[in-house]
Amino acid sequence: MKVRIHVSLKPGVLDPQGRAVHHALEGLGFTGIEDVRVGRLIELDVADGTGDADLEAMCRQLLANQVIENYRIEKLESA
Amino acid sequence: MAFRSAVITFPGSNCDRDMAVALEQVSGTAPQRVWHGEAELPERLDFIALPGGFSYGDYLRSGAMAARSPIMRAVVRAAASGVPVLGVCNGFQVLTEAGLLPGALMRNAGQTFVCRDVPLRVETSQSLFTAGYEVGQVVRFPVAHHDGNYFADEATLDRLEGEGRVAFRYAEAVNGSRRDIAGVLGAGGNVLGMMPHPERAIEPAHGGSDGRALFESVVRGLVEV
Repeated sequence: MKVRIHVSLKPGVLDPQGRAVHHALEGLGFTGIEDVRVGRLIELDVADGTGDADLEAMCRQLLANQVIENYRIEKLESA
Repeated sequence: MAFRSAVITFPGSNCDRDMAVALEQVSGTAPQRVWHGEAELPERLDFIALPGGFSYGDYLRSGAMAARSPIMRAVVRAAASGVPVLGVCNGFQVLTEAGLLPGALMRNAGQTFVCRDVPLRVETSQSLFTAGYEVGQVVRFPVAHHDGNYFADEATLDRLEGEGRVAFRYAEAVNGSRRDIAGVLGAGGNVLGMMPHPERAIEPAHGGSDGRALFESVVRGLVEV
């Protein structure tokens, strides 16, 4: 089973990388960009039947730092 | 009584030798060097140091992988039992990732790696680590980091300030840290994490020796009392 873990900075946490990317996009001439936030996508290939509780535990214990980050678990169709 | 200390080395640590030299010069006893893969610490330790560096290449988040290494379970147990733990730079990042200190260290606000001496204001002398300084004293320590931007939510910051757990504050803008926090103490007072490097400022040849008092405070507090 393929699982995608989307990790993003919590609202209100300043994102220096996002701000730099924002400036760079404007430097390329793109306009109308309100905000840019840089996150992380982690793709897991886990045994079919891996439970939600285990996936949640993986996120809480390692994949996301909940002081500054939120996570979202997206389960994809089995290959 | 000999000062029994340990310096933990993770894959990618690079200030472990500096830390060991500082501890030996000040205490007169060489610390034991402990590899991250060990499950147990040496017995009856007086002090544990987590050094700077780039453990695990800063993969995932700075300090994240090191914080889950086998030795850290022993460090967490030792800290809970009252053993003093100092984490410098990457060691501070490891301590926050391990949950021994609140907050997190994010990418510097200016996006650049900052490598220079910076002035710090000592915020408390009521700790094992800072007893040798005066409150308000300004000291100069080197910093060398990319992820030193201290973040915690407002309630946590208020609690840290209220409990006297901000140990050092930057006296000039360095990395965007909330409330200019450079070093924080754990709830029990026996854990200190800081981005600046006291171990790189212990003798005049380093360009300054303001860091020496930190190690002297620790050794005096643990051995001579």
